[in-house]
Amino acid sequence: MEKKQNYSVDVEKVKYIAHLARIDLKEQELILLSSQLKKILDFIDQLKELDVEKVPPTSHVLSLKNVLREDMPQESLPLDETLKNAPQFKDNFFVVPKIIE
Amino acid sequence: MELNQLTAFQLLKLLKEGSIACEDIISSLKERIQKIDFQINAYVRKDKDIGLSVPYIKEGCLKGIPVAIKDNIATCFLPTECCSRILKGFIPPYDATVIKRLKSEGALIFPLKTNMDEFAFGSSTENSCFGPTRNPWNLEYVVGGSSGGSAAAVAADEAIFALGTDTGGSIRQPASFCGVVGFKPTYGRVSRFGLIAFASSLDVIGPITKDVYDCALLLNIISGYDPCDSTSVEIPTKDFTQGLLGDIKGIKIGLPKEYFIEGLDREVKERIEEAVAELKKLGVVFQEVSLPHTKYAVAVYYIIATAEASSNLARFDGVQYGLRVDASSQEKDALIKMYKQTRKEGFGEEAKRRIILGTFALAHGYYEAYYLRAQKVRTLICQDFAEVFKECDCILTPTSPTAAFKLKEKIDDPLKMYLSDIFTISANLAGLPAISVPCGFTKKGLPVGMQILGKPFAEETILKVAYNYEQHTIWHKQKPKL
Repeated sequence: MEKKQNYSVDVEKVKYIAHLARIDLKEQELILLSSQLKKILDFIDQLKELDVEKVPPTSHVLSLKNVLREDMPQESLPLDETLKNAPQFKDNFFVVPKIIE
Repeated sequence: MELNQLTAFQLLKLLKEGSIACEDIISSLKERIQKIDFQINAYVRKDKDIGLSVPYIKEGCLKGIPVAIKDNIATCFLPTECCSRILKGFIPPYDATVIKRLKSEGALIFPLKTNMDEFAFGSSTENSCFGPTRNPWNLEYVVGGSSGGSAAAVAADEAIFALGTDTGGSIRQPASFCGVVGFKPTYGRVSRFGLIAFASSLDVIGPITKDVYDCALLLNIISGYDPCDSTSVEIPTKDFTQGLLGDIKGIKIGLPKEYFIEGLDREVKERIEEAVAELKKLGVVFQEVSLPHTKYAVAVYYIIATAEASSNLARFDGVQYGLRVDASSQEKDALIKMYKQTRKEGFGEEAKRRIILGTFALAHGYYEAYYLRAQKVRTLICQDFAEVFKECDCILTPTSPTAAFKLKEKIDDPLKMYLSDIFTISANLAGLPAISVPCGFTKKGLPVGMQILGKPFAEETILKVAYNYEQHTIWHKQKPKL
């Protein structure tokens, strides 16, 4: 079976995926990950042996229906304790680097 | 015997008689930890003082018993970092539902949390930012993972019992490597509110204990419906300790032929055969069954689990909690750069690998080939089980194809590491309850575990089989020499 073309994960692709995942990777990491992902995806490709066209995908392992609750106000987490975990905050807000010019 | 060596059941009796106090248990654990944990590393952030004063505790059926908690379960005002640099300093302002339930029954949340693979990504507890946990039976071997700290703490009598989490075997596999009992409840049986999510369609919280009775005891407390977890199921919970009693004559157990294959260690196979023989003596009826899609489980798992992980871990971005690595704020795209730098510094190697793999599986152009296909094969795996459970009450397998492997043996080969979960993953994919119980040792003196899987919400059946087996064997009473 021909197993190459559409899912090759070269360094450029890993770089692009890392951008989507918002992780900066070193050149060395990119190279290592690209070769490791190739191996892992080759292994995963055994799933292509199966004919699953008519099989429904699993959406939930139990036969649960949509779970809804009444829209009632409930107790929230204490603001000060919650904000304490933030690397930077001011008043009741999280502070992030400037986004808008 | 020292107090730290006893089970919760035994300690509750002594507490009730008034011959010991709760403080005595804590002090006995503290002494044990100080003596051996520099070797085992079952606990993290050990610089924290374990005070001997016991806070006010409620009346309840676990009154005065300390429970060790894995580092990914939120404990109010007690650091919870998933053994990751990216969550450094995170102190939850709330308790997970399981913690609330334990406290309301008088249990004490042990002030040290247990070691784990970062975000539960691993099968050996080598991916922790606090260094690996070592196997109490032989310090050169891994404890399994990802709940390795919880399993080792229980095995080495550094804890009375513990909570772990299981996404692909993370309770059962380390329990089997350490010679203790590990239980994965049915998906939906135990609330995950306050569990820092890895793969939401697979994650469960469960007990790691010295014997099956304690397992039922702990499961009693943590089970039950919770409106805070929309996947928790509203069915009544029973007293699992009552369910242990009675014989197991006539119970039908399937032995799936796909699990007794090449790659299964000879000694592990022998121990399982001996356990089967023992159970036969107790009246269990065995038959060979087939779970034809077993060989696809690992591939399905590593698509679904990583896809869900990549999405769940998007929240670690240096804004609301944990680490932040700032790029120069003058730069264009300073926010994006902050995200990228923070995640680069904060995540370990395995976390990065899984996030990248999961992002890939969900990316435009790959979603159908990988994620959707995996969810379809998952359906086939679920159907395999449903078919077998038409004629069997339980399924019995080895927990892991081998006993514990050596530290560093598999760390550089992710695929090899992933394959060590081959026998435990299917229960997560199908949401089934499963237990690992000790069933002997290899010649090298490493524990071997046997896994029993049950129908959804039939926890009491597998507990009963495991309890009957335990009553007729001595494996759970063996202690590592340290």
